[in-house]
Amino acid sequence: MSRIHRRVKAAVAVAVALAAALAVGCSSGTDGPAAGSQDSVDAALKAGGTITYWSWTPSAKDQVAAFEKEFPNVKVNYVNAGTNKEQYTKLQNAIKAGSGAPDVAQIEYYALPQFALTESLANLDQYGFGAFEKDYAPSTWSSVRVNNGLYGLPQDSGPMALFYNKEVFDAHGIAVPKTWDEYVAAAKKLHTADPGKYLTSDTGDPGFATSMIWQAGGKPFAADGRNVKVDLADPGTKKWTATWNQLVEGKLLAPIKEWSDDWFRALGDGTIASLVTGAWMPGNFKSSVPGGAGKWAVAPMPTYDGQPVTAENGGSTQSVLKQSGNPALAAAFVRWLNHGNGVKPFIASGGFPATTADLNSPAFLDQADPYFGGQKINQVLNDASKNVAKGWSYLPYQTYANSVFSDTVGKAYLGGTSLDAGLNAWQQAIVDYGNQQGFTVSAG
Amino acid sequence: MATFSVTRPRKSRVLTAVMALYLIYTLVPLVWLVINATKTQPTLFTTSGLAFGGPFALFDNIGETFTYDNGIFLRWLGNTLLYVVAGAGGATVLATAAGYGLAKYRFPGRRAVFAVVLGAVAVPGTALAVPTFLMFSELGLTNTPLAIIIPSLISPFGLYLIWVYAADAIPDELLEAARIDGAGEIRIFLTVTLRQLAPGIVTVALFTVVSTWNNYFLPLIMLSEPKWYPLTVGLNQWSAQASGAGAQPVYHLVLTGSLLTIVPLVIAFLLMQRYWQSGLSAGSVKQ
Repeated sequence: MSRIHRRVKAAVAVAVALAAALAVGCSSGTDGPAAGSQDSVDAALKAGGTITYWSWTPSAKDQVAAFEKEFPNVKVNYVNAGTNKEQYTKLQNAIKAGSGAPDVAQIEYYALPQFALTESLANLDQYGFGAFEKDYAPSTWSSVRVNNGLYGLPQDSGPMALFYNKEVFDAHGIAVPKTWDEYVAAAKKLHTADPGKYLTSDTGDPGFATSMIWQAGGKPFAADGRNVKVDLADPGTKKWTATWNQLVEGKLLAPIKEWSDDWFRALGDGTIASLVTGAWMPGNFKSSVPGGAGKWAVAPMPTYDGQPVTAENGGSTQSVLKQSGNPALAAAFVRWLNHGNGVKPFIASGGFPATTADLNSPAFLDQADPYFGGQKINQVLNDASKNVAKGWSYLPYQTYANSVFSDTVGKAYLGGTSLDAGLNAWQQAIVDYGNQQGFTVSAG
Repeated sequence: MATFSVTRPRKSRVLTAVMALYLIYTLVPLVWLVINATKTQPTLFTTSGLAFGGPFALFDNIGETFTYDNGIFLRWLGNTLLYVVAGAGGATVLATAAGYGLAKYRFPGRRAVFAVVLGAVAVPGTALAVPTFLMFSELGLTNTPLAIIIPSLISPFGLYLIWVYAADAIPDELLEAARIDGAGEIRIFLTVTLRQLAPGIVTVALFTVVSTWNNYFLPLIMLSEPKWYPLTVGLNQWSAQASGAGAQPVYHLVLTGSLLTIVPLVIAFLLMQRYWQSGLSAGSVKQ
């Protein structure tokens, strides 16, 4: 009796759930550009509910607290599920398993195509978020647009600049290099004058290499649906290797692994005299390189011909997962996070925003930074965000490609040999893996 | 020419030098860890890695490790203990019972079991982590302690060790004598066998405790909420938060936490090693 009763109950529950799913499917439409209004998002926000949010941003906790204060009927279950690759592995597993993914996840721009192209993310065009385009720098906006879908709102950006140790530069009579030729010359000059010092360090970081190829005008990766083109010997890539090979083959790069305690120490004591990296770096200087206070300064990234051009390095977005049980509410949270009051706590934590209004606000631009000797560094970094080269795209499986970078290109760094051979090996690995995964990959 | 004998073996300078180098190689990371756990976050980056420098902050660091982020370290320590007691403890019990059974009872399919166990020894746990994840996800057990404990219960190597050990250490005559005295199989296992197997059990316990304590990949994949993390995954999360926008480096806590993490293992080794050593030469019956 009770068993039958329970079965009937279950059947009714299933029927109700199906009906509800159908109703939702009909009313909101899924990917159609015709839908596209923010009404459903506003309604979800009013109705309230619970969502889960995966992020490793240090400001996430404050942001979630501020959001819950503003919308007391929404509960955000914040989880730090690991930093970048770790979190992606977990996301990938949850997607494969069909359950266990959060409603909203932080995803870096380089990894976004991978999740977008496997249809794991909700297209935010359905909520009309495409209207926000004018509020972001073009380069960051293009980072969240994949195959004409909108898969997140940009949280931060990482336009590149040259961070240099003024004290070391002055002591050795080195002028701030404007071109890469000057940069290479400075590297030789410094290392010859003091063999214990290096102009910069690079032990083979895929994020850095792709950003440098990006700046040089290279477009090694192109994806159109399941068709992928890889050409790591295109003119832009060659332009970069022609410069960087001089540093690699000349052993002019500090053999110190990035982000290690040795590396932070070397940045503080002058062993490494400059870094070409993203605009998010100042926060790391302040928290991890106490010895460098007052010595470091920021200048535009060197270029090949003296004309200002940069690339993006790093940067994340927040995306709504398709698995989400309440995508409209999740989208509302994303909107608040990166297009609303959530931006302020992010900037306060030392983040470099993506919204042009915040980037161009006088309060942001005129801030004199005591760590950098009172320099208004945001002016340099904001200029950089306007000069990002256009037309870059990452692979639809960039996280895998990055994971085999050290096995291939890393050998060139280790042996002090030409990067071109290493990039060739990397390309081979990328082509092989892509074909195994069901892409049609052609090498250029 | 020098003379040498068994009691005064010739000293090889090369061998001594090689062993000394090896000793240094093994000890340097430990020394480095101890030294750097005494430093504050800023002095960690401004002083040499292998010398004390700045204020001696070990006790402050220990205090901060236990209180940082609402005392999550203590929670991780508790999780690790839970996984070790339930997982490694259970694995030892299962391996002991199964190893003894396979060594002392004849039944059809024994050889097949032997092949499967040997094969299982050869498969690294990390290779099984993702399939295990998908299975546990179907069961709805991911992100729970059971997702760590259940896979930890399986120790093919421990089973094999007990099997081989039981085959030698427990004479069939002893079991026959017990049966003649009227003891049932369960009673024999609990009163006769376990005592004979004690050194083997301690060895297996050591192996499973160490591997569960150090287990990283499985919890990394299975768990997404920090409240269930063991120490290994938790400490890595602390280490990872040092990079990226608005980073919060707490390397001094990572180091102090790592030092605290190895202390229980060192104690376990010191306590158990005398059983272990005596077991290697122990016999049960004079033949």
